[in-house]
Amino acid sequence: MNNISSIDTAAIDYQQQRFPYQPCAEQTRPGHAPIHPVVVVGAGPVGLVTAIDLARQGIKVVLVDDDNTLSTGSRAICFAQRTLDIFDRLGCGQRMVDKGVGWNRGKVFLRDQPVYEFDLLPERGHARPAFINLQQYYVEGYLLEQAQTLPDIDIRWSSKVSAIEHHADHETLTVDSPEGSYRLKARYVVAADGARSPLRRMMGLESVGHTFRDRFLIADVRMDAPFPAERWFWFDPPFHPNQSVLLHRQPDEVWRIDFQLGWDADPVLEKTPEKVIPRVRALLGPEVQFSLEWVSVYTFACVRMARFRHGRVLFVGDAAHCVSPFGARGANSGIQDAENLAWKLACVLQGQAPESLLDSYADEREFAADENLLNSTRSTDFITPKSGVSRCFRDAVLDLAREHDFARRLVNSGRLSLPATLHASPLNTGDHASFSAGMQPGAACCDAPLGGTNGTNGTSGTDSNDGRDWLLRHLGDSFVLMIFAPAANLAPSQLQELAGMTQARLPLRLLFISATPATPSDCQALDSMGAVATQVHDIEGLAARRYDMPAHASAPGCYLIRPDQHVCARWRDIDVLAILQALWRATGHAGRGDAIAVKDAA
Amino acid sequence: MILNTSPNLARPDDFYEALIAMHRDLDDDTSQAVNARLILLLCNHIGGHDVLLEAMQRARASVTPATVAAA
Repeated sequence: MNNISSIDTAAIDYQQQRFPYQPCAEQTRPGHAPIHPVVVVGAGPVGLVTAIDLARQGIKVVLVDDDNTLSTGSRAICFAQRTLDIFDRLGCGQRMVDKGVGWNRGKVFLRDQPVYEFDLLPERGHARPAFINLQQYYVEGYLLEQAQTLPDIDIRWSSKVSAIEHHADHETLTVDSPEGSYRLKARYVVAADGARSPLRRMMGLESVGHTFRDRFLIADVRMDAPFPAERWFWFDPPFHPNQSVLLHRQPDEVWRIDFQLGWDADPVLEKTPEKVIPRVRALLGPEVQFSLEWVSVYTFACVRMARFRHGRVLFVGDAAHCVSPFGARGANSGIQDAENLAWKLACVLQGQAPESLLDSYADEREFAADENLLNSTRSTDFITPKSGVSRCFRDAVLDLAREHDFARRLVNSGRLSLPATLHASPLNTGDHASFSAGMQPGAACCDAPLGGTNGTNGTSGTDSNDGRDWLLRHLGDSFVLMIFAPAANLAPSQLQELAGMTQARLPLRLLFISATPATPSDCQALDSMGAVATQVHDIEGLAARRYDMPAHASAPGCYLIRPDQHVCARWRDIDVLAILQALWRATGHAGRGDAIAVKDAA
Repeated sequence: MILNTSPNLARPDDFYEALIAMHRDLDDDTSQAVNARLILLLCNHIGGHDVLLEAMQRARASVTPATVAAA
């Protein structure tokens, strides 16, 4: 995999980049109208992640965008740990983390007093911080550079989808370009075309929910300020009475400040420097020098489409669901949508799963969207109470929070984004043994630090600059069976049975997790299985602890992990039949409530 | 029904006088704020979600259509 950290990015102003239009094969070769496996519409963060992930799964992608630039101004900035883990898997996580401003902590103030502090990552032993702040144009720029290294991705700029026709076995898009219109055919279309989604409108669909009667001013301010890299939120501060203010640090000495304005504010007037500068000056005091980089006024809504799948068209990101920004659940959930969808599309296109697997994308991500909508709605109700009595209770909570811990937990300035646990997913196999809740079927895998020396065939899998290896670097892209034992502890017959499982049509890797470094016997055992098996050293025992697999159990247990690093099944023994059934179920072969048929993988 | 609505106040008349006295010399807005804080403090003390929901349902049960403010 091409490592692009050697590119000198200091010179690139991502907001100024313009991408040239080139006529495509459909336009230059008469009669050329192939059916592409997937067309992704929209090259924002979610469309780019979808394209990169599909290409990693071996699927050729056409990615179209209606303009020729990246995003500009101040949009998404807080990228959550799960998103960073996804970026790592796609090969660009380190660039994001190197440029971004990492943070775990936040403070909430009422008037001029702190009332509440939180730490999103109180436990050590994770590769990535709870969040990084990074301007959306950097995220898009780095994702785009990653995409440009993948020959399976055909990126078409200045290509606007103006119509869609549905056929039995494909979709036909009409694409308008600077040199005329053409028909673009695809087996599947991924609509990543944003909150106003033209594709959604063309198909007569809508996002439903509610909008909030409030307005926020956002200002990107360049300054050398003494605040720490923490999320600070004020209720009713002296510098902005009766309203809320949110402060985040970004790269390049730029700070993002959100000022609540109220519904009656004039959005045009409030954007003028004459109005903005005094607000910022009031926050910073008279001494701090600053300059305004960007100013805009926004309103927000919490809405979603009823169904995210419509035949061969799959909606992802803001096209499918929009949330208010408190809690950073917009871009983060969109990127999680993309990861959820890509492996499923790949399995279907490669004949490893029935088309109905795509329904599980809709089931799972609609569920996740509801969780995100619920949380962001609750935060917004607290920040923007909708009635006099609601405001009365909100202020009572803030007042009691100064002295009482119970009230501090009610203070809701944003419940920060966590990946949804897809506990009701039809792809899961329920626990038969007793396990602690944490890494239950449907959960996104937790990370753990690993020791440096592994068994043969192991990729150290690390590109982080501290040289450590991490569990998540060994998961994802295909199904993985995590076996909590060194390879030499298993009988040769069992090893051969496991190796046999990996030879089925569906790719499966085996990952042995040992409490001790690999021994020569372990290496021999791994060699006997071929290239499908790797072993890692759980050097601090955190993998065993987090996955509830005590090191001295009488028999080794295992976890089956999906290509999107979510748990789909776990056992306290190694039963190849059960594992195959779980794999079958995880690829959509079992109907809802149907008896699971036993399938021979050979 | 898990909400206890049978007599459970240790000193009913003393309680009632204290409740009214809590609001002495306060204007209506301040009284609203004090009531809100009292509700939060007591709800936390009780804790159980189902009993709190049941209490809220009973409190709202006497609301008639005529008393619901126009949207």
